Order: sequence, then C-alpha cells, then structure tokens
Amino acid sequence: MLQPQFATVDDVQTRLGAAGYLADHAIATTVFLADRLGKPLLIEGPAGVGKTELAKSVSTATGSELIRLQCYEGLDEARALYEWNYKKQLLRIQASKDDDSWHDIHDDVFAEEFLMSRPLLTAIRNPNPTVLLIDETDKADVEVEGLLLEVLSDFQVTIPELGTIEATRRPLVFLTSNATRELSEALKRRCLYLHLDYPDAAREKAIVLSRVPEVAEQLADQLVRTVRALRALELKKSPSIAESIDWARTLVALGLDTLDEEAVKSTLGVVLKHASDHERAATQLKLN
Amino acid sequence: MAGGLLDREIAFLDALRTAGLTVSLAEVLDATRAMGAIDLLDREALRAAYAACVLKRPAHRTTFDMLFDLWFPAVTGDPTQIEADLAGDGEPGEGEPLEPEAYRDALRDLLLDGDEEAMRRFARQVVQGLGRADTAPGRQSWFSYRVLRQLSPETLMASLLGAMLQGQDRGGLAEKVARQTIQERIKQFQEMVEAEVRRRLAEDRGTEQISKTAVQPLAEQVDFLRASRNDMAELRRQVFPLARRLATRLTARRRLGKTGKLDFRRTVRASLATGGVPLVTHHKPHKPHKPELVVLCDVSGSVAGFAHFTLMLAYALREQFTKVRAFAFIDTCDEVTDYFTPGGDVADALARMSSEAKLVWFDGHSDYGHSIEKFAEDYPEAVGPRTSLLILGDARNNYRATGAQTLKQLVQRSRHAYWLNPEPSAYWGSGDSATGAYEGLIEMVEVRNAVQLEDFVQRILPQ
Ligand SMILES: Nc1ncnc2c1ncn2[C@@H]1O[C@H](COP(=O)(O)OP(=O)(O)OP(=O)(O)O)[C@@H](O)[C@H]1O
Ligand SMILES: [Mg+2]
Repeated sequence: MLQPQFATVDDVQTRLGAAGYLADHAIATTVFLADRLGKPLLIEGPAGVGKTELAKSVSTATGSELIRLQCYEGLDEARALYEWNYKKQLLRIQASKDDDSWHDIHDDVFAEEFLMSRPLLTAIRNPNPTVLLIDETDKADVEVEGLLLEVLSDFQVTIPELGTIEATRRPLVFLTSNATRELSEALKRRCLYLHLDYPDAAREKAIVLSRVPEVAEQLADQLVRTVRALRALELKKSPSIAESIDWARTLVALGLDTLDEEAVKSTLGVVLKHASDHERAATQLKLN
Repeated sequence: MAGGLLDREIAFLDALRTAGLTVSLAEVLDATRAMGAIDLLDREALRAAYAACVLKRPAHRTTFDMLFDLWFPAVTGDPTQIEADLAGDGEPGEGEPLEPEAYRDALRDLLLDGDEEAMRRFARQVVQGLGRADTAPGRQSWFSYRVLRQLSPETLMASLLGAMLQGQDRGGLAEKVARQTIQERIKQFQEMVEAEVRRRLAEDRGTEQISKTAVQPLAEQVDFLRASRNDMAELRRQVFPLARRLATRLTARRRLGKTGKLDFRRTVRASLATGGVPLVTHHKPHKPHKPELVVLCDVSGSVAGFAHFTLMLAYALREQFTKVRAFAFIDTCDEVTDYFTPGGDVADALARMSSEAKLVWFDGHSDYGHSIEKFAEDYPEAVGPRTSLLILGDARNNYRATGAQTLKQLVQRSRHAYWLNPEPSAYWGSGDSATGAYEGLIEMVEVRNAVQLEDFVQRILPQ
C-alpha cells in the first residue's frame, strides 16, 4: 500500500537538508517521485558521492526504520531473504516423541519460530515506515538480481511452507551501485534511476561547509576548486566528496588556513590514494 | 496531462529512441505517472522526472539533455524581447544589440563571476545579436561559430587569470586551479551558445529536423579513426569500467560453467550441521584456462588512438591472462611491455613509449613487412602454442612488402590469432590497404569503436 512520506519536491529538499544532506533540485525531484510512485530508486555513480548517505538521510528525514542489505560476492537467497533454522528444526525433530505423527512435526518445524528473516523479508513485513537500502548491488552475483526483480515487482514473498507474505506498507527502496558491472536491463526498467555525480562547485562548497563548519569559507572555496582541478586530470581514482570533506578536516586539524603549494604537497595523500595518481598530480599541478 | 504536452512527450521519447536510447513501454508509463505527480511548470523538475524514468545510462546524458532542451525550451521567440518586456523600464537601448567589444566586456565579467543563470541569459542575447547570417537572399540561419568567433572567449583567459589571481604567483598551483575554473566556465558558455542556436534553428525549421541533425554519436560509438581529443579522453576514462565489466562477466561465466570435482572435506564438514546428512554438496572451483596474450600494434599517426585504447584495455585485463606482452611498430618493431608497470600510469606509459621505444628505422611511414619480419626475428620465443596473438592496425602499408609469409608462420605457431582493423571493412583493400595479402592467413575483424571492441574481447577471452 502506498503511503507517501513527502508532500512536495521542496519538502524533500528541506527535510533532507535538516537531516544534513544537501540535495539539488534533480535529486530532490527523483526522491520525491520514488516516494510518490512507490518505485525502487537505483542510484549509480562513482565512489564517495553520497549514494549510501542519501538513503540514510531519507530514513532520518522521514523517521523511517533503515533496513540494510549489504551486497557482496556470494550473497544468496538465504542471506538476503529468509532461511529455515536447520539446527533448531533438527533439535525439535529429535525431541519429538515416537507417537507424534510426521504431519504434526512438519507443521511444527515449518512455523514462524524456525524462520530466520533476512533484510528483504524483514523490510516487507515491517508495519512501520521503512527505508530498505540495498547497498552496492553491483557486488552481488547476477542471480541475486533475479531475486530482487521478483521481490521488488510486487513487494511480496512466497514461502512455500507458510504462504504468501505481502507488504502491508511498501518500503521505500534504494539500490546503490558503483557500476563496476552493468546491472541487467530488466532490473533497471523496474527502477527509477538517478546518476549521482560530483556536484557543482557551489553545492560541493556548501557540503564541505556543513560537514566541517570550522573551515573558513575562503579556504573551502580554494579547496573545492583544487579538487575540481584534480578531477580534470585523468586519474585512476578521482577524489570524491568524501575526500573533500576529509581534506577540509585535515587542514583544520593542522591549523592551515590557506591552500598553497606547501599545504597541498604535505596533505595530498588524504585526497589521492594511488601512488601513480600522486605523481601525476604533482607534475601536472607543478608542485615540485 | 494536457493534449499539447502529451504530443510533446511522445515526440520527445521518439527522438530519444531515434538517437539510440532504448525506452521501454514500462518506462513510458512511469513517465506518464510522474507527470501527474510533479509541477509541470517547474522545467528542471520535468527534466529530472524524465531522466529518472527513461535515462538509465550516464553515457546518454548529453544526448538526453540536448533533446530535452529542444522539445521543452525554456523560452520561445526572441529572448531580448522577452527580457526587455520583463524588465520593462522602457529605457532606450534596452534589448538593443551591442557592439562586439561591449559583448566581450560583458562576457569577461560574467566568466569572472560564474553565475550560470546570468550566463545563460547572456548567451541568448548574443546569439540574437551576433549569431544570425544570410545563407541566401531572403534566407537566414543561426550559427554558433559566428558568435564564438566574434567573442573568442579563449582570448579572455589572460585577463581573467590576472583578475582571478589578484597578484598571487603565476606559474604555480594557484594559476593551474584558476585556469581550470575559467576553462570550465568557458566550456559551459560555449555549450549554452550552441544550445541556444539549436533552439532558434528548431523554431525556424522544426524541432524534429533539428533533433535529427544535431545528435552526436554516443561516445562508445565514435569511430576510433575520427575521434577528437575529447572523444579519446572520454574513451580513456571508460577503459577501466569496461575492463571491470568484462572481467566480472567472465568470472560469472566461469562460475556458471562446469563445476569442478567434489570437495569432500567441505561437504562432510557442512553435513554436520544437518545431522550428518549431506544436504548440500560443495565443489572445488573449476580451474579456468588462461592463455598468454601477445599484442603487436601499429602506433603510427592515424591509428594511434585506436592502438592506445586497445593497449590500455589489454593491460587493464591482464589478470585474465598468464602473461601479457606488447610490441609496437611504425616501420620497425620494439617491445613495449616494460612501459606498462602494474599500478603505473597508463597515459605516461603511452607517452614514454612513443618517445623512447625504437619504432622508426627508415622514414616513419608504416611498413608492416619490415615490422613483422623484425618481430619474428628478434622475438622468436614470443609466439608459441599457448599464445593468443592480436595484431592491431589498418594495414595501410604504403605499397610496401607485406611480410605475409612470416605472418602465416606466426599464426600457425600460435593458439589463436586475430587482426583488429579500425577501418570500416568496406574500405579494406582499397588504395594502399594490404588486407588482401593477409586474407585467409588470419581472421581480420572490424573494430571501429568501443562497442565493437567490447564485443570482440567478450568473444575471445578465455572461457
Ligand atoms: N549531498 C550531500 N550532503 C551532505 N553530505 C554528503 C553529500 N554527499 C556526500 N556527502 C558526504 O560524503 C560522504 C560519502 O558519501 P557515501 O558514503 O554516501 O558515498 P557513496 O556514494 O555511497 O560511496 P561508495 O560508492 O564508496 O559507497 C558521506 O559520509 C557524506 O558525509
Ligand atoms: Mg556507499
């Protein structure tokens, strides 16, 4: 059942802002639509641009419970959806008396008590407002996508022994991906899509200022423009918002109030993680 | 939804499809529902809503935005008129065209300030003032190059740098950063001018026609031989994602393939949890066969972009092979494997390769015959029964000897051999193309763009 959480696009923007997430108009509109249409939202983009944070902030902003399914290679239905507790079932069977019929035992061991609910099922059954975060979907194997497709199409799960469980209240679903592999067309068709990229200079500056309020505006400005210059180089791993924030914290901690050659040279490791990127930036930005 | 808007939506989605995006029926229905949920007068919300419903690959963003701007323009008609009406204080000269010098001064201030909305308004104004020209008596058209030539924003760089640096040191970091900021803004402004010209053209000649002519091929479909520097930079950015995508697909394929022998210990251990009944059997992973890869590539002038891209991809995929060796040639051949150290910077490697490796012995024009002979002679151990041999080049040989007999021996010694040719196959064999001499000796594959390269790699990589 659909029970939208947000009244307008502006409402999304304001409440996310209050939760500490600065969303631009496009992000706010997309979140608004996911909520209104009751469709899962697939968020793709490079590392550290705020994909996970967006889902978390929506849960904070709406006072919803956050249920997280972290994907990894080898994740399977038993970890994502539900699993029967074999050990407990076995104990129950061993404890049964000889005159118990198999029929009774069967009904007994395939009952709620022996069911271990995993994030997907938990989110569907939750009667309270829920944000379901399926994080780093691209890390999971292709078969998991089939499972997600099923669950996210009609928000119901069929457990052969118990019957069909339907969502009483549709969770707001966010899937994130770094696009290390292309997700299937079928899954993409089921979802609304948001490509999160590095923000424009003004928004990035605002993010840095809100996350590291100790930093002077002038310095934040310099920092953001320097990060943008770094992104323009062809690096293996471009610095993300997370790195901009770390950099600002480092500068504050070191008591530096301007970002000159010396300051950049001594703190570049915070921003660039690969040795080859480091060298490339040093030559291109003429740090030597 | 109002009838007019519905027609527009249908035409817009059609234009997206014509440009190569796939838009399914389910997505169209989503878009329609979305239109019922947002404020239709909020143009940026409209854009975001369509993007959320039908734009599912970032590589298609530019095309999407261009078509959205054409089908849902922010203003209509002569913009200076509109703005004069809006301001409406009736001062003389308002909305009147200015002299080019005055436009340049205004542009300089805007670029220094960087206010996007102001820049966009200005772009409309200059296109109105400078962008129109007669193409034939009584016929007019709009041209972005006329605007950009007269304003020549790049020539404002020195003055802008001066203003932005305000006496800070030149030549160092501060200048680099300022330059980057200005370049970004100039590029943004150029795009605004181009968009405005397209809008005016669409009003004169019909949106449908302009959407067809203005769409650029998607980056992955750009011909290697015709790629601009921007295209190449974009392609280089795609190498690592592409390699990762291919690698995961391969791993998935291997996993789905035959499972290996039963892993007895793991199976027994797991059965303990189920009272000794082996409900689940475990298997040892299937050991994939990994070949050695040898790449021999023409890096002369026109095909260099293609060779670089393919070399980068080969190196990004090196975990898929037991060994990768690379050889480059123009009119003679040299090994370049060592330029590509693991974790090193590939762009640097390519630059060092071009300046340090010995690739020219005679005149610096492609000589496949000499290069192939030299390769066979100097590196007799390079190609063996476990080798997959890849030759990259257009086989434009300046009518020289082809070395076909030597190539035949190399191919026979190898496990697989392929020749990737970036030229359209229709041109093979024309002029100085020596493809005819190699026909039947080696499988030659047309690889004109990144899409075709991806298909090819997928086909040949170890199963
Ligand atoms: N719009 C924003 N407003 C406030 N903070 C933000 C915003 N975007 C990103 N951040 C900050 O950037 C950090 C990194 O974001 P997050 O971890 O969500 O990235 P991610 O895209 O999920 O990266 P990964 O792909 O590595 O998981 C967050 O801790 C958050 O502080
Ligand atoms: Mg994340």
